Amino acid sequence: MRSASALVLGLLASLAIVPCAFAQGHEAVRAPKQPWSFNGPFGTFDRASMQRGFQVYKEVCSNCHSMKEMYYRNLTSIGLSEEQVKAIAASATVPGGTDDSGQPVERPALPSDHFRSPFANDKAARSANGGALPPDQSLIIKARENGSDYVHALLNGYRDPPPGVKIGEGQYYNEYFPGNQLAMAPPLQDGAVTYADGTPATVEQMSRDVVQFLTWTSNPELETRKRMGVKVVLFLALMTGLTYAVKKKIWKDVH
Amino acid sequence: MAGLHKSEFENQVVNWIDTRMPIFTMMQKEYGSFPTPKNFNYFWNFGALAMISLAIMIATGIFLAMNYTAHTSLAFDSVERIMRDVNYGWLLRYIHANGASMFFIVVYIHIFRALYYGSYKAPRELLFMLGVVILLLMMATAFMGYVLPWGQMSYWGATVITNLFSAIPFVGEGIVTWLWGGFSVDNPTLNRFYSLHYLMPFMITGVVFLHIVALHITGSNNPLGIDVKTPQDTLPFHPYYTAKDSIGICVYLLVFAGLVFFAPNFLNHPDNYIPANPLVTPAHIVPEWYFLPYYAILRSVPDKLGGVILMFSSIAVLFVLPWLDTSPVRSSRFRPIYKQLILLLVVSFLVLGYVGGQPPEGIYVVLGRVATAYWFLHFLVLLPILGKLEKPLPLPESIARPVVRRPPPGGGGGPLPQGATAKPMEKS
Repeated sequence: MRSASALVLGLLASLAIVPCAFAQGHEAVRAPKQPWSFNGPFGTFDRASMQRGFQVYKEVCSNCHSMKEMYYRNLTSIGLSEEQVKAIAASATVPGGTDDSGQPVERPALPSDHFRSPFANDKAARSANGGALPPDQSLIIKARENGSDYVHALLNGYRDPPPGVKIGEGQYYNEYFPGNQLAMAPPLQDGAVTYADGTPATVEQMSRDVVQFLTWTSNPELETRKRMGVKVVLFLALMTGLTYAVKKKIWKDVH
Repeated sequence: MAGLHKSEFENQVVNWIDTRMPIFTMMQKEYGSFPTPKNFNYFWNFGALAMISLAIMIATGIFLAMNYTAHTSLAFDSVERIMRDVNYGWLLRYIHANGASMFFIVVYIHIFRALYYGSYKAPRELLFMLGVVILLLMMATAFMGYVLPWGQMSYWGATVITNLFSAIPFVGEGIVTWLWGGFSVDNPTLNRFYSLHYLMPFMITGVVFLHIVALHITGSNNPLGIDVKTPQDTLPFHPYYTAKDSIGICVYLLVFAGLVFFAPNFLNHPDNYIPANPLVTPAHIVPEWYFLPYYAILRSVPDKLGGVILMFSSIAVLFVLPWLDTSPVRSSRFRPIYKQLILLLVVSFLVLGYVGGQPPEGIYVVLGRVATAYWFLHFLVLLPILGKLEKPLPLPESIARPVVRRPPPGGGGGPLPQGATAKPMEKS
């Protein structure tokens, strides 16, 4: 018994060093924790919020940010129908290879196409954004520490610079951005989009919705994974109990 | 001398094979009736757990390799394709990524067990040294595996670690260029790391085999650290330890599943989800958590070459540990001072791990240096003299009679009821 608890302690100790190990020291304020629907072992995405979030992404973010890992066909997972997805894809124009004379052509996108990128390449993106490259958003939530909370906080974190803080040309002050100076202008204003379901489009609401959407694009497997995880853990718990009973029976004459 | 084996198996097919190639007899001898000390605690699960980890890593790795593309312009996207479009690809990759962490947790506890119970002492020196070889091979494999997704930490981790070799006088720069296959970490580097990452697990498997051969010659150590004397001290490996190991495997899989399904990126660095970019250096380049203690040792020395030497020595010192420890007593249970020191060594390892993840400034530098100093002090100074100064507690006479006391007056059987030992004796 004592050795078993020592074992558990050892495991915990080795795990416990990790979060502190990755805590980074920068002057940005830590993003407050949000009660996301996808948190916790039984978490799921909020379909309505994701669809609103996709609208925000499509109408606002995608003007500058690419999302190269995503296909239009993936959108059926947020609750859109095949027809809707086809229509959404068709509204975007993507490079379509070359014609018979070897000239590059463009065509309406299909569900099997990647999301259209706003710029032809990184240099074009930089040149249109004052030298700063808008990061690809496919994995933005996983590529930031506590990504969902961070992106939500960042979108709500634009402030007037505190007295004495000089802000560079074309830069904006944001509480949550490492270094506090960000080349992205505040992307959301109240009423920037008009939600079909009548939800008031406040900055807070839009940022919440777009984070639902972005968390899904970073972790499209999240719901499947957690559902499977619950079953696996239940099975293993049962198996552990059973194995323990078998072991006790086998060992009962030894001690 | 050549000659057919006299097989005792009743199944005719098994008997036919066994007569010509006695692998069934061997398995029966090494994993069936193999006499194993009866007093193992759960720390003795970790050898089996390490073996399971290796098997899981190889099994998932083979399927990942079928879908991975080792090219700088495709690697990152091919990993994302595995995550998004390959059937259960996310499961394979999360098992593989977290499996590396589980493997290291298990092996670190396994090594702690060896240090705490003196499993490295005669006659198990070679067994222990083979274990250290496995650790080194694991580290190389894990390092190269982390490079393959070609994220920011992959790229910059590879750059920092390979650059360590440039500290070697005269030939250092040449060695680094040779390792890279060019003048920076680039496509040739990725290709060779992929090749070696696939090769080394099979080298590990080979050394694991030798590790087990050596183990089955010396026999296992045990929590008392005393030798097996009579059949009453042992139990057949099956079913006693197959059953006990199974419990460990279940608990291991529970922890593993917790990581894979509910916190798959908990031990990963977010920057590795940003594609590698040679023009942008991350704010803090940190290796995977299991390398942080060595990283802290490296950075606690202001001189590059000195740091590299110290870092490699921190593991190399384990090769001579069997001769540094001069005490004839194995188990910490009977070494009151060593017992404190070994726990202090664990603390210094954890402190180093913590410091390794912090920026190298202020209090972290001091902490890192103190912990580094203790690491070497422990092995190079304290252990050699402790064996001469420490007064060990009296050892029990045997495993079957673990308590050092006289038989009760009138009772002829010692502290244990006769029935308790009778049954295993018949079996062994």
